[in-house]
Amino acid sequence: MADELRVPINSDADIVAARQKGRALAEQAGFSGSDLALIATAISELARNIVEFAGQGEVILSPCHQGDRRGIKIVARDEGPGIADVSLALQDGYSTKGGLGLGLPGAKRLMDEFDIQSEVGKGTTVTARKWKH
Amino acid sequence: MAKARVRSEKLSHEQSRRELVRHFRDAREKLRRQWITEMTAKGLLAGLTEQEVQTESSTIYDTFVSCLETGQFDAAQAYAGRMAQRAVLRGMTPEQILGGMLTLRDVYGRSLFEQYRADVPGLTSALGVYEAVANKILAIVAMAFVDEREKTLRQQQEAIRELSTPVLQLREGLIILPIIGLIDTQRARQLTEQLLRAIRANRARVAVLDITGVPAVDSKVANHLLQTVEAARLMGARVIVTGLSSEIAQTVVTIGVDLSRIMTLSDLQSGIDEADRLLGYKVTRGAAEQAKVQ
Amino acid sequence: MEVPILKQGHYLIASIQSALTDEDLLQLRGNLMEKVSKFRIRGVIIDVSALDVLDSFACRILRATAQMTALRGAQTVVVGIQPDVAFAMTQLGLSLKGVTTMLDLEEGLALLDSQTKGGGDRGG
Repeated sequence: MADELRVPINSDADIVAARQKGRALAEQAGFSGSDLALIATAISELARNIVEFAGQGEVILSPCHQGDRRGIKIVARDEGPGIADVSLALQDGYSTKGGLGLGLPGAKRLMDEFDIQSEVGKGTTVTARKWKH
Repeated sequence: MAKARVRSEKLSHEQSRRELVRHFRDAREKLRRQWITEMTAKGLLAGLTEQEVQTESSTIYDTFVSCLETGQFDAAQAYAGRMAQRAVLRGMTPEQILGGMLTLRDVYGRSLFEQYRADVPGLTSALGVYEAVANKILAIVAMAFVDEREKTLRQQQEAIRELSTPVLQLREGLIILPIIGLIDTQRARQLTEQLLRAIRANRARVAVLDITGVPAVDSKVANHLLQTVEAARLMGARVIVTGLSSEIAQTVVTIGVDLSRIMTLSDLQSGIDEADRLLGYKVTRGAAEQAKVQ
Repeated sequence: MEVPILKQGHYLIASIQSALTDEDLLQLRGNLMEKVSKFRIRGVIIDVSALDVLDSFACRILRATAQMTALRGAQTVVVGIQPDVAFAMTQLGLSLKGVTTMLDLEEGLALLDSQTKGGGDRGG
């Protein structure tokens, strides 16, 4: 809990802040250059979703451990309208779609672990982890 | 040692601990020398200078006793990590590292038997404190060594993977990547990164990926190829894939992967010719022949 | 953060220096369109070599920019996408479909020269 970093998301400017802080944290955890780009992009997409669909929320970044595996944990939380059909939201649009829409399937592809808890009218919490290989 | 044994369990444990620490500190030189003698006899100190033996054995001995005294193992952990790094670098074997620690444990243990002799309750109490610490330290040392070895192995594997796919610059703006062997997700990713960096370093406008030496291409690998081609395009480079046998091509298309977005040619030479065309060179077979004759 | 736009003959060169917010990207697009209309521009180069992330919004704006400038007779070329960024984009499934991409400013200008046939006064 001590290393947890909370980034409030209220506007598009916060998207940049969230991904830059995420990148810094991932760098400390020892991730490679290309992994840093993946993580920063995934955070960008998740934070963007918050702005687009809920207006405001927060991104919580923290290092995580599992045995001697090190990684980064990203939680993107909002109290927005929620997602009615999570499985539909996670459907892959493939590269031809060009990233339109929720960006969730894309973000899911970049992470090792990905979970969405959402309730219509209550909000959404996305929890993702990426491990250093 | 013939003290009245009217003490509670808790005190007994603490008392034992303090006695042990005192015992090991008092017997330091004797036990440390004994330890070195036994390690030498077992051949565990090969390759170490006399000074190293003295310094290291002192540090290890003192760290051991410190853990016994404080119940804290941070110092031992840190030291084990550094020791493992040095050991792996110098090619020391697990037998040497663990053998050395086990010998120390035996030397300590036997000294306790000598110390307590007929005082069985005292010995039992002492062993109770001692064994837990000794075993924990052994585990720490063993794991540090294992971790260090795995880390080194991973780095070596990474280096081998990179070496096994050399990037050749054929001429200005043209690079070739001959890929040999099976491609799994991890390798595909490593290849992509290598290709992209090579495009930047060589300012390549065309890259020929020759997969003649890749025995099997399934839909996963084909998808990786598609992504690689797309990533290269984002960097302004065209990718030509050569060496995709018609059988593999058919299989891949049947599985449902759309290869039409990749330019594929059957053999490397055709790929190079096409690359030259894309780069604006004139390709005349006759001229190439003439150049060779000269 | 406003992105400086240089006019070089019939070309515009926009060099992005640091991370851009959505607002900044929209502003860039607007500025480029304004100048394209005003100066009879034939080519636009957007240099993204300083960016460490190109997410879905950035891709959308770049694609829209290319389409809009094309309608006004100018070709947009995005240059300088870094290896890690290109990799992340393809992993995410983002595409810059319809956008010409080149390695760097030099390559971008060379392409525009070859396409617009003497449209750029590169001045040596």
